[in-house]
Amino acid sequence: MHLDQVDVDATYRVCAIDAPKSAPQIKGQLEDIGFLPGEQVTVLRKGLLGKGPYMVRVGASTFALRKSEARMIAVESALHV
Amino acid sequence: MLLNPHYMSESKVHFFSSEPLVALLGNPNCGKTALFNLLTGSRQKVANYSGVTVERKEGRLTLESGKNIRILDLPGAYSLYPRSLDEKVTCNVLLGRAEGEKRPDLVVCVLSAMNLRRNLRLVLAAKRLGLPCVVVLNMLDIAKRQGLQIDTAALSNELGLPVLTSIGIQSDGADEIKQFLSNLDWRNLDALRTGTSDATLENVASHIAHAETDNVQVQRILQNLKLDQIIPDHLSDRLDAVLLHPILGPIILVALLFFIFQAVFSWATVPMDLIKNSVEYLGTQIGALLPDTWLRSLLINGILAGLGGVVIFLPQILILFFFILLLEESGYLPRAAYLLDRVMGSVGLSGRSFIPLLSSFACAIPGIMATRSISNARDRMVTILIAPMMTCSARLPVYALLISAFIPEQKLWVGIDLQGLVLFLLYLAGILGAMAVAWILKRFTTEQFKMNALMMELPSYHLPRLGNLAISLWQRAEIFLRRVGGIILLMTIGLWVLSSFPFPPEGATGSPIQYSFAGMIGQALAHVFSPIGFNWQISIALVPGMAAREVVVSSLATVYALSSSGIDATEALIPLISSGWSLATALSLLAWFVFAPQCLSTIAAVKRETGGWKIPVIMLSYLFGLAYLASFITYRLAVFLGLG
Repeated sequence: MHLDQVDVDATYRVCAIDAPKSAPQIKGQLEDIGFLPGEQVTVLRKGLLGKGPYMVRVGASTFALRKSEARMIAVESALHV
Repeated sequence: MLLNPHYMSESKVHFFSSEPLVALLGNPNCGKTALFNLLTGSRQKVANYSGVTVERKEGRLTLESGKNIRILDLPGAYSLYPRSLDEKVTCNVLLGRAEGEKRPDLVVCVLSAMNLRRNLRLVLAAKRLGLPCVVVLNMLDIAKRQGLQIDTAALSNELGLPVLTSIGIQSDGADEIKQFLSNLDWRNLDALRTGTSDATLENVASHIAHAETDNVQVQRILQNLKLDQIIPDHLSDRLDAVLLHPILGPIILVALLFFIFQAVFSWATVPMDLIKNSVEYLGTQIGALLPDTWLRSLLINGILAGLGGVVIFLPQILILFFFILLLEESGYLPRAAYLLDRVMGSVGLSGRSFIPLLSSFACAIPGIMATRSISNARDRMVTILIAPMMTCSARLPVYALLISAFIPEQKLWVGIDLQGLVLFLLYLAGILGAMAVAWILKRFTTEQFKMNALMMELPSYHLPRLGNLAISLWQRAEIFLRRVGGIILLMTIGLWVLSSFPFPPEGATGSPIQYSFAGMIGQALAHVFSPIGFNWQISIALVPGMAAREVVVSSLATVYALSSSGIDATEALIPLISSGWSLATALSLLAWFVFAPQCLSTIAAVKRETGGWKIPVIMLSYLFGLAYLASFITYRLAVFLGLG
């Protein structure tokens, strides 16, 4: 499951970053701002009609991500951990 | 002072004093700059890092012993693996590789107590640099209020570094740091050094390896300190529920933007009129004292007009930046960008471009300076390139002249008349042109840059501090006066020379400007401009009009040898040009003013903000081409329709 498919306000954990081959540096960039495996992540808003930008809380910080960026973040439900 | 060559060139900082250099390192939004203001107060210098447009802030602190130290506020960084221009500068300075920069003697890692998880990873990376390090736990007040208890002694133990605390928004909040720095033995800081001193920049492999081990270590530290629970920020969440509400949010934003635009536009008129009147008054006073020679003209029409032309921008710049800084400090600005991201994203820009573009409707210069709040370098360049197409207030006198001379007063619909409609179309043409250019530039941008566009942090809301606002506002004014003012002054004097020399021959009948260099240039330009319907009078008037668009009106009056100026000039010109020019010519000139790079001050500002001639030259050529094309089509179409 990726971050663009999750429910709003539910808590998930980051599993991995699947960056596209055309832009591998995105992985490191997302990790630097806190999207690291095991980190708690919640989508707070999905923008008008769910088209983004997403408002995402990761750890203790909040970021705005475009839908294309959210799609790269693989997550699992926090309950399974 | 303005002509001093030192101020004219980008000041490279080459003074290697013996005073120790302390660098403040931290994540964006960790309260580092507030802390920097507390430590150095008004003793700050703002410049650019050598060769790049990243802002360099340095200040001085006098320790209890009377010893002075230099404090450098490094650009915010999420990691020491450089991904943005800001982070690259930060890394280079820390490694002692930045041109003209001394390697810091001590690194102060500033952590937000509210976000230890991410901030601690930066500390671990900083430790590997081999520089003496101390850690400062900032925003402790907010952490305490939210029930977060941080055992600083235990944290210090875990990190192997001293941990100090600070409250960036309290006037005595940095006292513990000052005390610590006063007690340091600056000749031997080895006790604070944890790695070897020959550290190098992290490469991709080592960064990935470190990212994982660092994360495990941070997790362990937080567990040991019993801080691994995330404490939600209820106040920010409640504010966001309203300010980012899908319907309320945009309404509040539009109201706010309208208010700011209104303020920049209307509040500034009083001080601007005051400046204009004082300059005119001074001019008449000097005029009465001196004989009518070229020296008097140089003083009044060259130097005084140039100085006035610089200062006149200050009210708008100060008002605009007051609001931008207020929004930035409070944490609302990134949210505005969030709300506008979809609209701006459709032409390949991000929400951050909106405020600079909006303020360009008042004047492109504050707008271009405001692009500093755009973190993405590509977005910033595109925003700068299209900003001059927003219809600035200096175009209004020209539009007013041409519209009242050529467009009949005619009611079209209830409340809509033809003149108003034309004015609206002119504004719209500028906006559509800008969107088209941004869209085309988006086509030419590689995938990689498009991907970089957002990933923007939305920090918690804070009450802005007036002291911090005042310091930043003063720095904006200083940057404008020093870096842009000098060029504007020089250009105004240059244009005066062009318009005044050589003198007309004995017994000449035309207006003196006809015989000057500007006249000659204008006559030559008339060949270039005749296909778009401009006569030689217009061509000449466009030359001094490069100083500022509205000058074209008074230049036309000069070319037509009218003695009146100001509002009278418009009144006197209307019958002259409405009988002398064809409607096709007038429409063509209107189209020209929508796009043409008619303002040297804007070019000067772009040169300063982009740190070179490349962008201003690109801007000049594409705007010129676009204006010529628009005028050509307008003129030919009008002639075809029988309006010639």
